[in-house]
Amino acid sequence: MDFDLLVGIFPQVLLDGLILGFMYALIALGYTMVYGVLEFINFAHSEIFILGAFVGVEILLSMKSAGLLDVLPWVLVLLLALAAGMLASGLAAVAVERVAYRPLRHAPRLIPLISAIGVSFFLQDLIRLFESIWRNSFNLVYPTMDALNHRFELTSTIDVSVKSLVVIVASLLMLWALYVIVNRTKIGTAIRAVAEDQAAASLMGINVNRMISLTFLIGGAMGGAAGVLFGVQYGLINPYTGFIPGLKAFTAAVLGGIGNIPGAMMGGLVLGLLEAFAASYLSLLTGGAFGAEYKDIFAFSILILILIFRPKGLLGEVVRERA
Amino acid sequence: MTAVTGALRAWLDRPLPATATVAALLLATAWGVSYFPRSIVLFMLFQGSILTLYLARIPGWVKGVLTAGTLGVLMPVLGSINAYYLEIAIQVGIFAALALGLNIVVGLAGLLDLGYVAFFAVGAYSWAIVGSPQANLIFGGSAFPLPPWWFFAFLFVAVAVAAGAGLLLGLPVLRLHGDYLAIVTLGFGEVIRVLANNLDKPINFTNGPKGITPISRPPIFFEPVLRALGVEAGPVAIYPLYLYFLVLLIVGVTVLVNRRLEDSHIGRAWEAIREDQTAAQAMGVPLVRMKLLAFACGASFAGAVGVLFAAKQVFINPESFTFMESIGVLAMIILGGMGSIPGAILGAAVVTILNLQVLKGMSLWLNELRNAGVSIFGFNLADLPTQLEPAKYERMVFGLILVLMMIFRPQGILPAKRRVRELEDI
Repeated sequence: MDFDLLVGIFPQVLLDGLILGFMYALIALGYTMVYGVLEFINFAHSEIFILGAFVGVEILLSMKSAGLLDVLPWVLVLLLALAAGMLASGLAAVAVERVAYRPLRHAPRLIPLISAIGVSFFLQDLIRLFESIWRNSFNLVYPTMDALNHRFELTSTIDVSVKSLVVIVASLLMLWALYVIVNRTKIGTAIRAVAEDQAAASLMGINVNRMISLTFLIGGAMGGAAGVLFGVQYGLINPYTGFIPGLKAFTAAVLGGIGNIPGAMMGGLVLGLLEAFAASYLSLLTGGAFGAEYKDIFAFSILILILIFRPKGLLGEVVRERA
Repeated sequence: MTAVTGALRAWLDRPLPATATVAALLLATAWGVSYFPRSIVLFMLFQGSILTLYLARIPGWVKGVLTAGTLGVLMPVLGSINAYYLEIAIQVGIFAALALGLNIVVGLAGLLDLGYVAFFAVGAYSWAIVGSPQANLIFGGSAFPLPPWWFFAFLFVAVAVAAGAGLLLGLPVLRLHGDYLAIVTLGFGEVIRVLANNLDKPINFTNGPKGITPISRPPIFFEPVLRALGVEAGPVAIYPLYLYFLVLLIVGVTVLVNRRLEDSHIGRAWEAIREDQTAAQAMGVPLVRMKLLAFACGASFAGAVGVLFAAKQVFINPESFTFMESIGVLAMIILGGMGSIPGAILGAAVVTILNLQVLKGMSLWLNELRNAGVSIFGFNLADLPTQLEPAKYERMVFGLILVLMMIFRPQGILPAKRRVRELEDI
């Protein structure tokens, strides 16, 4: 076995894992916040995420065709795409909750889940339909921006691109903002109260429905931001791209303890790192017999193992059995 | 108006007029289809009259005779006029059997399984590997493909293998409840698909994304009989009809087993678990054993149907076993009514017909308009984006079915009788 190679690629794999991990963390927040408030898996969150990516690419493509892409400073362009993606995804999440989940809030547990799966499928094809009519193609590529593709060489073998740094910085900022909102503001306190006990919260004068909508808005906006960053980082998107990252982000949320916000952040990072290492080292360690294509199986096995041995997740929010 | 409908209802409530009406409907629509074999609308009317046959108030034995006549004689005749209709009937049958299997797990036992298609894949691959030269790559030699007779044996082998896979999945995950179980079964389905996609190395089991072909079909063991009757028909003409009757047989067996299970103490235990797990346990229902049994039973049907599917297609690859297929089958039983046997069959028929006839028909129609360059309100349809193809929007259909049914009619179109009473209580 080539030991030098194993060590040599380590920093690069670590960096890839961190980027992936932050992406998962941002998406996982949407799952975990909704679960914390409603005890319900928002299956459609993966499409809310990819919707953000599509809004982002539309903004960038239309700026490109207007000739603005190379004129405006890249930070401004990116901020605009991010803001638009967050707004669209947040509003879409609120709308989905209003139409497809709220009427089912008191139904047996599986009913809203099935409805959410339906929404997820519906949104995938809705995006496809729109882009098929609008651009006659539903596989879209983020326009390249030279400033973002600039790479800093750290050593002769390791380099880091500006867009990777952007992803990491933007994720950190957003996670911090979310932490402040949830823990330091009145609205955040109200959301936590609703998550704790809806009836008691409403007795204290909290508008429960509004707080639930707000939860979807914040979670959806985080997902939308993750979508834009995903597009910037990986380039190619189509309406079905969101599904697997969504599933893995859910795994990350469970890994950290579902309903637990710091847990989702940590779970995302852990899963991203594990996956990056599995993808790069699996084929090296097994002599090419099992390659990176098994990384999805790897993530799902982690999910199954956690659910069996530590269903509360690493940071242990207690999962109550609802009759 | 009410007088007319009232008179009509009174007329249809009596057995003789009802029988006459239904028989007339069936014959009229079948005649229409034979006269205009390319009309999708007429074929759908024929399918609709099969539904009226089920709904009509006719004595059981008359209904049996009519059903046998329709499915055993009319349908094959129409199928020999337009082979595509037989293909649709076979697909409806395959999905009906799958839906009935999933109905046990989701409808009766209340365990939401989002990876059901994995068991279908297990069945299909188990025959595909030994029923084609593929197995030679694994075991060496040239003993494979097995003679076609083994097809029948493998219907049972696949039942066992799929049930085993069901147990394998069931054992670790049964401690989970509700939505967690759903996600884990989803993961399991993806794992099976990824394995099928990648197990072409280090040992070539599944031939990866390229898929396996040619897969043996069941033997035409009745050929001497046909020849004695003076029928000269090649395999090309025989196989569609042959497979159609095989599917019919499997659906029949599935329905029979489902009905017997539903009324047995096992079925009652499943329904008790679905309604309230804790109460069921307190009443002495062995939870783990019953849940495992549900998984294994549901999986075994999918396994048997998988063998048939592999033989019908001659070629299979992992693309046939995606998450979307699982959701499609789920949409079928939700549309028809969870826990309801006629509902599962109706759901399978409606969804398959939507996909194969309505959406495809719309695609063809749109293409014709496009090619003809028709313009509507000054917009030339030739300018329509080429990516706009209704046949590709299955997911939208499934999604709409799931959401709308959950909001407006969670019990389904033909709800199970017990389910109707339950929902009245809520």
